Amino acid sequence: MSKLKLDQSKIDASRSSARNIAEDIQKFIDEHTTVATERTVVRLLGVDGVDEIGKPLPNVVVDNIKEGGGLERGAAWWVGNAMLNLGATPQEIAEKIAAGEVDITRLPAKDEASIKAAINDIAAKTVERIKGNRQKRENYLNTIGEGKRPYLYVIVATGNIYEDIIQAKAAAKQGADIIAVIRTTGQSLLDYVPYGPTTEGFGGTYATQENFRLMRAALDEVGEEVGRYIRLTNYCSGLCMPEIAAMGALERLDMMLNDALYGILFRDINMQRTLIDQFFSRVINGFAGIIINTGEDNYLTTDDAVEAAHTVLASQFINEQFALKAGLPEEQMGLGHAFEMEPGIEDGFLLELAQAQMAREIFPKAPLKYMPPTKFMTGNIFKGHVQNAMFNMVSIMTNQGIQLLGMLTEAIHTPHLHDRYLSIENAKYVFNNARHISDEIEFKDGGIIQTRAQKVLDEATELLAKIEKEGLFQTIEQGKFGGVRRSRTGGKGLDGVTKKDAGYFNPFIPMMLGGDR
Amino acid sequence: MYEVQKVDLTRVKPYGDTMNDGAVQLGFSLPVPYGDEANEAARQLAAKMGFEEPAVVYSHDLGIGYTYFVVYGKTVHTVDYTTIEVPKVDVDVMEKEDIEAFIRDNIKRPVVVLGACTGTDAHTVGIDAIMNMKGYAGHYGLERYEGMDAYNLGSQVPNEELVAKAIELKADAILVSQVVTQKDVHIPNLTELVELLEAEGIRDKVVLVCGGPRLSHELAKELGYDAGFGTGSYAEDVATFIVNEIVKRNLI
Repeated sequence: MSKLKLDQSKIDASRSSARNIAEDIQKFIDEHTTVATERTVVRLLGVDGVDEIGKPLPNVVVDNIKEGGGLERGAAWWVGNAMLNLGATPQEIAEKIAAGEVDITRLPAKDEASIKAAINDIAAKTVERIKGNRQKRENYLNTIGEGKRPYLYVIVATGNIYEDIIQAKAAAKQGADIIAVIRTTGQSLLDYVPYGPTTEGFGGTYATQENFRLMRAALDEVGEEVGRYIRLTNYCSGLCMPEIAAMGALERLDMMLNDALYGILFRDINMQRTLIDQFFSRVINGFAGIIINTGEDNYLTTDDAVEAAHTVLASQFINEQFALKAGLPEEQMGLGHAFEMEPGIEDGFLLELAQAQMAREIFPKAPLKYMPPTKFMTGNIFKGHVQNAMFNMVSIMTNQGIQLLGMLTEAIHTPHLHDRYLSIENAKYVFNNARHISDEIEFKDGGIIQTRAQKVLDEATELLAKIEKEGLFQTIEQGKFGGVRRSRTGGKGLDGVTKKDAGYFNPFIPMMLGGDR
Repeated sequence: MYEVQKVDLTRVKPYGDTMNDGAVQLGFSLPVPYGDEANEAARQLAAKMGFEEPAVVYSHDLGIGYTYFVVYGKTVHTVDYTTIEVPKVDVDVMEKEDIEAFIRDNIKRPVVVLGACTGTDAHTVGIDAIMNMKGYAGHYGLERYEGMDAYNLGSQVPNEELVAKAIELKADAILVSQVVTQKDVHIPNLTELVELLEAEGIRDKVVLVCGGPRLSHELAKELGYDAGFGTGSYAEDVATFIVNEIVKRNLI
């Protein structure tokens, strides 16, 4: 029963527009691949490590394929062909390419069936490993259990993975359910994933597979100690979207920031590149049981949270459809939104409440990811702490799924140890003290809250109908999201996009999308 | 009749509820386990900081052998307020309409302003607040100013690209926002921009301004910028400075 009296036909119309928008783009996605997508295939075939100048071997292999003009066939085809020619493993082949001993596209072509058989054999093992990780997570959830929703989500960001581990363990002991290791500034624009454990980062820590592994082990340890599974989050965005997804699937991460449009709008990554990359990244996340977090909150830091509220809803609908296309169930869609209205607005709390309740009703199964105030945090830590309490109150009143805790020192520094404790204490207090409030309240017919939600839905429905007519690429070119304009051929990473040929081969898409999970 | 003590500006002390009580509140953590010894450690530390009667009013176990404290104390130190000098952007801030009139009357052509978050910095909140149409907290951004051509280049703009764009658009002013200042990453980045502009021979042809929560006018001047704007600055503060500077330096 809708507390907001939302018009179901408008919700259906929005969803249908979003589905058509996603289908239109999906045709484009299915015809193309990217260097990042192919590096991901190479990683999933077991290639890891770096060459003598520190270049990751997946880049070495894919660059070699690209230089030989073979990218349109897919890396799996070339690696499989090399395996048959050289009797070597993918890792050995990568090392030979790095040493200059092999030029992968110059080897004689073997028959297609044998290539596919050789590759499918290895791919099946990787897929089993990821499935094993999924079972291990489920096993933990069934034995030691998890925190109540909304999950308490905090960030660590020291730049040094070992320092991050200390902070993460402390946060878990204080009550955090989810630890996100924020990435170093600028990593999203690297067209490779750094290697090994790292201790130097600015405003965050490099996402590397080894850092993932170290943090996972630490959180399992502290989780067993506190009797609660502690989820680990990283950032599956930027130029290496699917590679990060693969690393996360292999090291049992639980959540990934993973938005279809974020990179385009906020990192100026080419739109073709991002849309192709997001697909494979979401296929992997979906299969690995990873909850994605979408980035609609960002629209509200660049645009106005009251006026642009409908763009958040429209984007949630679009993200939902792209996620469904990639086999991600609703239960793994942490659709994003944020508490970012100017605190001086009269009845602003009511508008925030309307927005959060609306998202809850329209996406009933999604563990909604709710982001705290950042734009209007001032350095007045005392007022900031109250703003965060108001944000927590909206969350418990509307049953949000994932609560990224606001820090009273937002706008001053990356969180200090005790900032995180104060935030966790704040959220625990509000959530516990008002635990069942959402069951007790309804909203006045025709009141401010209902009217506001209905208006935002109306505007989103209209916007989606317009995008459906004009196309998503064109809409972004016009600056409809976040007030940011991007051109179809502008931005970073377009040179890594290639049209597939008829013999293109990627074993993981059918294995992960179809069949048994 | 009881008289309230008057402030002595040559010897200023914090005020809690009585003149010169020196009351200060502190919050910090120590890497020692929660308990009586931890509280005593916090108390002694506050005493060493120059606080009389330090009182640990609250402490909490942070879970990994660390403890958080809230401490009150009375400082023994004073400052001489009468001798303080702070370098500031020295203009009378105009309203948007006055700035627009100023451009019409004194510059008589559109003022081209480029803004960017440079280097690896991806945090556009600051530059957006100054540049974007909507502005921030009711203060319209430069895009809305009549007589200004404002270009917000967004996040993670390389200095080379910013300089190239400035030459292409014949920029009158360049605004650089730096939010991430951990480990002083902003210093070499800001310095590099000045060097590039000098190498291209256009440093003296543009008004060069930087801004961000950890930037001061003093630091900006030190790095070779014309002005620096910190927290609490709005579009009109920056715009007033730019248009005045253009006239003052005869860049019309």
